[in-house]
Amino acid sequence: MTVQAITTEPMAGSQEGKHPGRSRPSSVLRPPEFSPFAVFGHLGALWSYRDLLFTLTAHRIKVRYKQSALGMAWAVLQPLALMLIYTVIFSMIGRMPSDGAPYAVFAYTALLPWTTFATAVGNATNGLVGHAGLITKVYFPREILPLSYIIAALADFAIAAVVLVGLLVYYRISLTMHVLWSVPIVITMMVFALAISLFLSALQVKFRDVGMGLPLLLQLWMFATPVIYPLSAVMESTKAPDTLKFLYNLNPTVGIVENFRRVVLQGSAPDYASLGLAAGVSLFLLPLAYAFFKRTEATMADYI
Amino acid sequence: MIDLEFNQVSKKYVVRADETSPDTAVNPFMRQLQRLRTRSQEFWAVRDVSFQVRRGEAVGIIGHNGAGKSTILKLLSNITAPTKGEIAINGRLSALIEVGSGFHPELTGRENVFLSGSILGMRRREIASKIDSIVEFAGVRQFIDTPVKRYSSGMYVRLGFAIAAHLDPDILLLDEVLAVGDASFQAKCIQRIQELEAAGTTIVFISHDLNAVERLCQRVILMDKGQVAAEGMPRDIIKQYQLANGWTGVPENKPGFGSVRLWEDRETAPGDDITRLRSARVRGTDGSTAAEIDISTSVGIEISYDVLEDGHVLIPNFHFKNLAGVHLFAVQDVGSEWRRRPRPAGTYTSTAWIPGNFLSEGRITVDLAISAHSPLTRVHAFKPEAVIFDVVDHYDGNGARGDYIGEFPGVVRPMVDWTTHVHQTGELRTPSSNFGLHVAQSA
Repeated sequence: MTVQAITTEPMAGSQEGKHPGRSRPSSVLRPPEFSPFAVFGHLGALWSYRDLLFTLTAHRIKVRYKQSALGMAWAVLQPLALMLIYTVIFSMIGRMPSDGAPYAVFAYTALLPWTTFATAVGNATNGLVGHAGLITKVYFPREILPLSYIIAALADFAIAAVVLVGLLVYYRISLTMHVLWSVPIVITMMVFALAISLFLSALQVKFRDVGMGLPLLLQLWMFATPVIYPLSAVMESTKAPDTLKFLYNLNPTVGIVENFRRVVLQGSAPDYASLGLAAGVSLFLLPLAYAFFKRTEATMADYI
Repeated sequence: MIDLEFNQVSKKYVVRADETSPDTAVNPFMRQLQRLRTRSQEFWAVRDVSFQVRRGEAVGIIGHNGAGKSTILKLLSNITAPTKGEIAINGRLSALIEVGSGFHPELTGRENVFLSGSILGMRRREIASKIDSIVEFAGVRQFIDTPVKRYSSGMYVRLGFAIAAHLDPDILLLDEVLAVGDASFQAKCIQRIQELEAAGTTIVFISHDLNAVERLCQRVILMDKGQVAAEGMPRDIIKQYQLANGWTGVPENKPGFGSVRLWEDRETAPGDDITRLRSARVRGTDGSTAAEIDISTSVGIEISYDVLEDGHVLIPNFHFKNLAGVHLFAVQDVGSEWRRRPRPAGTYTSTAWIPGNFLSEGRITVDLAISAHSPLTRVHAFKPEAVIFDVVDHYDGNGARGDYIGEFPGVVRPMVDWTTHVHQTGELRTPSSNFGLHVAQSA
């Protein structure tokens, strides 16, 4: 037997610390307050945790398709099934106008961004409550949880977009340069989804009712968005009062979904007014939602 | 240089009154209404607490459950924000906690190391450079590419903890860490903490393991009802805390505390309707109460207790733990006298004798219990950390230490018989002499 002598001399009162060269970050923890101007500081903290955001997002995508027999097909199945249902319904009972395009591809082109939006908001809203164990144990910028779900939803979008390409080829619809507009449109959608998710996920920590009501909200929201019907049908309706039409148009998903369909299916330029409105509303809501989220974050662990 | 400063920090929790008082309305709808009406109550978990921790210092925070220890931990690690006051932190702060709860069962050990490491604030590059060491520390090399759902609970905990142990913070928060894993893993953890301490890491240790606090810390803060009750040298503060909690009696051969305990109030003494403890003490072979035992002499743990009901078979059993909280061994009375014999009511004294040259140096705490094993095991009386004593080695050559003066490893230090045979004396002629015969045969 060799006797191993453990030689650890505690250096009590060492003034140098063990990393003399390393910078020591200083921070002061204070009672929380609602301040939209602190957002920049929060963004700095978020940046220092960018590796966690990357790892968690990759993890979401990996876990989603591990141990499910259909794997990636699930990303396609949801918009595809909805498209088939509505196509069958509207081919049997009364025709739904579809701005001249075949109804199947008309519906799918809108269901693709819509289901991405709904999945992103649905998962991200439950993101905090689903990680209660972590939140009460270790600190990291909490917005990383909903954010990782939002980014992961883009993977679903990419997979489901392959089916859209197939439909476009099948119906011999050719794309124009305007299809490039889909990139800023999708970015606007994700910004809006993030704003909504930050707000709802923080709210859900205190009120689980949010999680209960969310599926209903998303269902109603889909019907308040031109997904299975064209926007023109609403605008040309003689029964709907003008104030209702005005309110309808304030919903950012209207501008997002309709313009996505415009640039992809009709090959025309987006309607700048509605797209600008959607982007404006999203960019206005995001810092507010973020400030609300960070205000709630300070005591989140006490309630979750 | 101040690394941590609590400046008049308070933390308020709001407790809904209905969580503490039972619902009186039977109708669920009425209960909802009642809940809306009940006023919420405020509860200050930490109130107006100020203290500082200097760079390189190891400070312990002790106190009862509910004294505010874990709230301080949560405030320090930024899990929750203070209601009032300010906390200044100068340096990279990490908590040494088991983060297995962040593991995803479908992912492999390796994937989970990256996930958990990122959650704890490590960069991916840093994790990649440390992963071999983490896997080694956790002892899961064979299974690192297996999904963690196939791990045993021990492997799961060890891997979770190994990641945290590889953080390299300026300020380290410790919370009951010594309760993780088996004895050898605990020893590794303690060694890691000592390495960090030696390297000048500032340490805040929040625990109710007083022995571990005394060993690790240079200063101790005693919390009581959310406030700092005392602050000072570990030995003094721990003594103050223990005296306030029913440690009574002064041993005869040495001023100190902890080697005697009396339960004068029969109603609150440990036990049930069948048996209750009266007193416990640590005694030497001469019958005197002892706080300090020479490593080469035997020590008796003596309890006296009342048996309140006729006809029960009772087995006293004692559990020995060291400073690190490692359960060293347990003993129970299996002598023939009362082993299967129902006892008449009365007062009894039982003593367990631990032989000399068996325990290792250091402080030993003893948990006391009286159980019945038939038909089913039932614990009638239990008192954890009832008595303590120190085992000292006087380096007189009588113990298992012999002439060695360095740090002697192991949780026990038995003196065992050795046999040594001489096969051949003088210079060895060839390496292949019959000295190597046994090896050759068995190979």
